[in-house]
Amino acid sequence: MFAIDYRDCGTPAPRDAGAPVTIDIDGKSVTVPEGTSVMRAASLAGIQVPKLCATDTLKAFGSCRLCLVEIEGRKGYPASCTTLVAPGMKIRTQSEKLAALRRGVLDLYLSDQPPAWAESPAKGHNELETVAKAVGLARTTYGPGRRRPAPVDDSNPYFVFDPQYCIVCSRCVRACDEVQGTFALTVQGRGYDSKIAASEGQPFLESECVSCGACVEACPTAALIEKSVIRLGEPQRAVITTCAYCGVGCSFEAETRGSGAATEVVRMVPNRDGDANHGHACVKGRFAYGYATHPDRQLKPLLRASIRDEWREASWEEAIAYAAGEIRRIQGKYGRDSVGGITSSRCSNEEAFLVQKLVRAAFGTNNVDTCARVCHSPTGYGLKSTLGESAGTQAFTSVARADVILVIGANPTDGHPVFASQIKRRLREGAKLIVIDPRVIDLVRSPHIAADIHLQLQPGTNVAMLNALAHVVVTEGLTKDDYVAERCEAPAYQRWKAFVAEERNSPETMAAITGVPAGLVRRAARLYATGGNGAIYYGLGVTEHSQGSTAVMGLANLAMATGNLGREGVGVNPLRGQNNVQGSCDMGSFPHEFTGYRHVSDSAVRTLFERDWGVQLPAEPGLRIPNMFEASLDGSFRALYVQGEDIVQSDPNTHHVTSALAAMECVIVQDLFLNETARFAHVFLPGSSFLEKDGTFTNAERRISRVRKVMPPRAGYEDWQVTMLLSEALGYPMRYTHPSEIMDEIARLTPTFAGVSYEKLDRLGSIQWPCNDAAPDGTPTMHVHQFVRGKGRFYVTEYVPTSERVNSRFPLILTTGRILSQYNVGAQTRRTDNVLWHAEDLLEIHPHDAEVRGIAEGDWVGMTSRAGETVLRARISDRIAPGVVYTTFHFPQTQANVVTTENSDWATNCPEYKVTAVQVVRVSQADAWRERTALERSLHETHARARDPAHA
Amino acid sequence: MNIELLVKMANEISLFFASGSAPTQAARDVATHMKRFWEPRMRRQIVTYYEKGQGEGLNDLAREAVALLAAEARLSNSA
Ligand code: SF4
Ligand code: SF4
Ligand code: FES
Repeated sequence: MFAIDYRDCGTPAPRDAGAPVTIDIDGKSVTVPEGTSVMRAASLAGIQVPKLCATDTLKAFGSCRLCLVEIEGRKGYPASCTTLVAPGMKIRTQSEKLAALRRGVLDLYLSDQPPAWAESPAKGHNELETVAKAVGLARTTYGPGRRRPAPVDDSNPYFVFDPQYCIVCSRCVRACDEVQGTFALTVQGRGYDSKIAASEGQPFLESECVSCGACVEACPTAALIEKSVIRLGEPQRAVITTCAYCGVGCSFEAETRGSGAATEVVRMVPNRDGDANHGHACVKGRFAYGYATHPDRQLKPLLRASIRDEWREASWEEAIAYAAGEIRRIQGKYGRDSVGGITSSRCSNEEAFLVQKLVRAAFGTNNVDTCARVCHSPTGYGLKSTLGESAGTQAFTSVARADVILVIGANPTDGHPVFASQIKRRLREGAKLIVIDPRVIDLVRSPHIAADIHLQLQPGTNVAMLNALAHVVVTEGLTKDDYVAERCEAPAYQRWKAFVAEERNSPETMAAITGVPAGLVRRAARLYATGGNGAIYYGLGVTEHSQGSTAVMGLANLAMATGNLGREGVGVNPLRGQNNVQGSCDMGSFPHEFTGYRHVSDSAVRTLFERDWGVQLPAEPGLRIPNMFEASLDGSFRALYVQGEDIVQSDPNTHHVTSALAAMECVIVQDLFLNETARFAHVFLPGSSFLEKDGTFTNAERRISRVRKVMPPRAGYEDWQVTMLLSEALGYPMRYTHPSEIMDEIARLTPTFAGVSYEKLDRLGSIQWPCNDAAPDGTPTMHVHQFVRGKGRFYVTEYVPTSERVNSRFPLILTTGRILSQYNVGAQTRRTDNVLWHAEDLLEIHPHDAEVRGIAEGDWVGMTSRAGETVLRARISDRIAPGVVYTTFHFPQTQANVVTTENSDWATNCPEYKVTAVQVVRVSQADAWRERTALERSLHETHARARDPAHA
Repeated sequence: MNIELLVKMANEISLFFASGSAPTQAARDVATHMKRFWEPRMRRQIVTYYEKGQGEGLNDLAREAVALLAAEARLSNSA
């Protein structure tokens, strides 16, 4: 069932709205765009034609015959869902004849329902009941049903399929095909024997179903229904908010029961008016919100003087006073710059803004950074240098106008599932697909989709590949010189052209490095440059390299050279990992930048902030996260405030991170759970989940959306309030009564946000920045008439191999990624039933590499790099090439980052997660291996403390 | 901080600008990058290292850039 407050117009709005057409429905005059169905036109005029097989997220199907109408001058009774409006049409939706026909149809449907169908868990939201009321038929006139009873399928943890309520309208099948693009469901059999089946008649959990829930929402009866609705009852209230998982930033209606502290979320329904997701969602956003009420939530502040002590509970006052006292004591002893803070890409814009304000204004240092450091900092640097703005260029909907889609170093079906569904829809319409990835990701091959070209390159060779592509574009004369002449700096363009044209950058020469046949690279370059609108989507497989920033520039170079920027259907688009990566970067979380990416050395900008904040601000850049660790190990950095981030699990070379944290004198962790980082903390401050606070998130398309409080914060404070308490205790009081006031301050201080306010967000639903006088409703497509930079700037992108190389000790290359059902370090998803799909991290290894090591499917394997070692189970897979192994990083036990190294992007220090030389061996005893690694770790930490005289 | 790491970072920045910038500009671009993104104690440390031992391990461009930083530091100290 769709959201409780939703009015379903029956069929979607036409994609390319045509000329206005005026028709008459039941004496009412209605004007709608050409291409609109009669059903939709009626609904827009407030007239609901009875319907069962239609819903406005799906194409009209015309199978139930309930929506019949009469059209003057036409014979018969056309279905209003499949009939399009025509000028001057006169339509009747009610007549005796129509009523009789509809009753007849419905009678047949009801005859197949169980006698107590009206008591089904869908209750008042059973569309069968709505229709029964509309046509005036309470029960069937036929005898008992003819359908054979079939067992209930409750294998999926979040929803059940109860065939007795199924009317075989195929809305679920069509939702799976059209909306999600997984094609997991079919109608099997014919006539009265027809039934819905997942895959080859398997239980849902074992089928290809990815549990997106689109079918559940599309179902008009209680055949497919959320278990939470059965358990808790019908929802009573809906609040529109934004998903706190990935960078797609889906809009949701949180449907609840009860009030105050007793509020319970019954279900999360994707908002059909949501600008990012248009009513679709994935298994995380729709179903995996249970972590918010998980018993592991730490709801009381905790304190301890040393990380070797046990925690003790403390009041908020005591914890805050202690934290503030320590910050000041440490600054007194080691200097102002011996402390810092980390903002979270999971918290709201307002919260990130406050943390950086706290650090800059109250701590008095620029030592603030964000977890985006470890994922998309090269995006900021690369796009700003070339195009002039540190953000993606398009709205998601732009992909519907793309002709060639180039996906590089991203795995959208797992990482950004709802956007992947939009990509897949466009591909089914005929767009071409180029995938550049060391791994055969799902997009390369999945139902009804195949990549036209897959460049399966060696990890760490993106820049070589991009140069080879550019070589073809330039030497084969495929550049758009007019476009470049008008929009880009000429000398830099000429330098770049001469560089990429050199023979050493040809696909033939680069093949030895990338491992990809030159012919394939040439085809890909031609396709991208000449196939119409070319749109680039990239992820961490581009940024998390020693040449991450260079690769981002390489992408921008390619797009500029081929004229693929500045309109719909093209662009260079980072797919952001966490929900608010874009936002936390925008909010001045980097140590060298204020909000809106303005350098701290810019005195005009600094003066603006100094006046507003009433303090003097430092003009030198602060420490980045990896620099903080280094500074900690040399004794000059001693205290850290970390909001909503588990750096021990998410940052590379875990031993190095833990040694650095162990050397600090005060680590303050603010989080939902006692995470891995909290093992090194002295103060723990409870955080609040996205359900418990107000604020905004900014997704990968620069779209600012509201997060609305659904229930009061379980630990008493929203995260921004905790930062305020700390600031107050430090003698720098902040006076906000609501996050909207923080947004007003952001707007006041940030030109790209000047037009943003909560009032406008409420009115428009969401806003894509820049939003100011020049673009009062926001900016879906950037760089339309010219680049933000003025003239676009080409950069020569010399390929420099990473220093991380295979040798006889470490002969394999490890690369990392993520999986659909889990999210990042897994702190949330691991605490939900999503573990049914992915209960542990696995090491994918090619059959050949497995065989020579005597490794079989499911064996425990030990993996060693020069940074550390860990143990996990093997999965034999030919998705990766020989010589490459692959794993995810969702579970702390795996400690995947124990093996990743401190190599990092040259420009931003973003860690090189994607390339680690490793050896893999079969181990018989996982525990013995783990114990050994634990022992080594503690030795390492002791060693670090010994290096630190202040702590000895 | 670990000087080897700073040297490695400086070298990597130089590798980019060695080809990314016009030749006359490269050392200045590397130095500017370090000024814009490196916290002062990182810069101080590499300058001290350079002044003590002629910057062993730094590639030519990185050494040139650090020399620029060193000169600027001397200037601002004497000012
Ligand atoms: S939950 Fe999603 S993937 Fe699974 S059957 Fe339904 S629509 Fe298809
Ligand atoms: S995790 Fe991403 S795709 Fe899934 S519902 Fe949330 S925002 Fe949407
Ligand atoms: S709603 Fe039109 S035929 Fe079913």
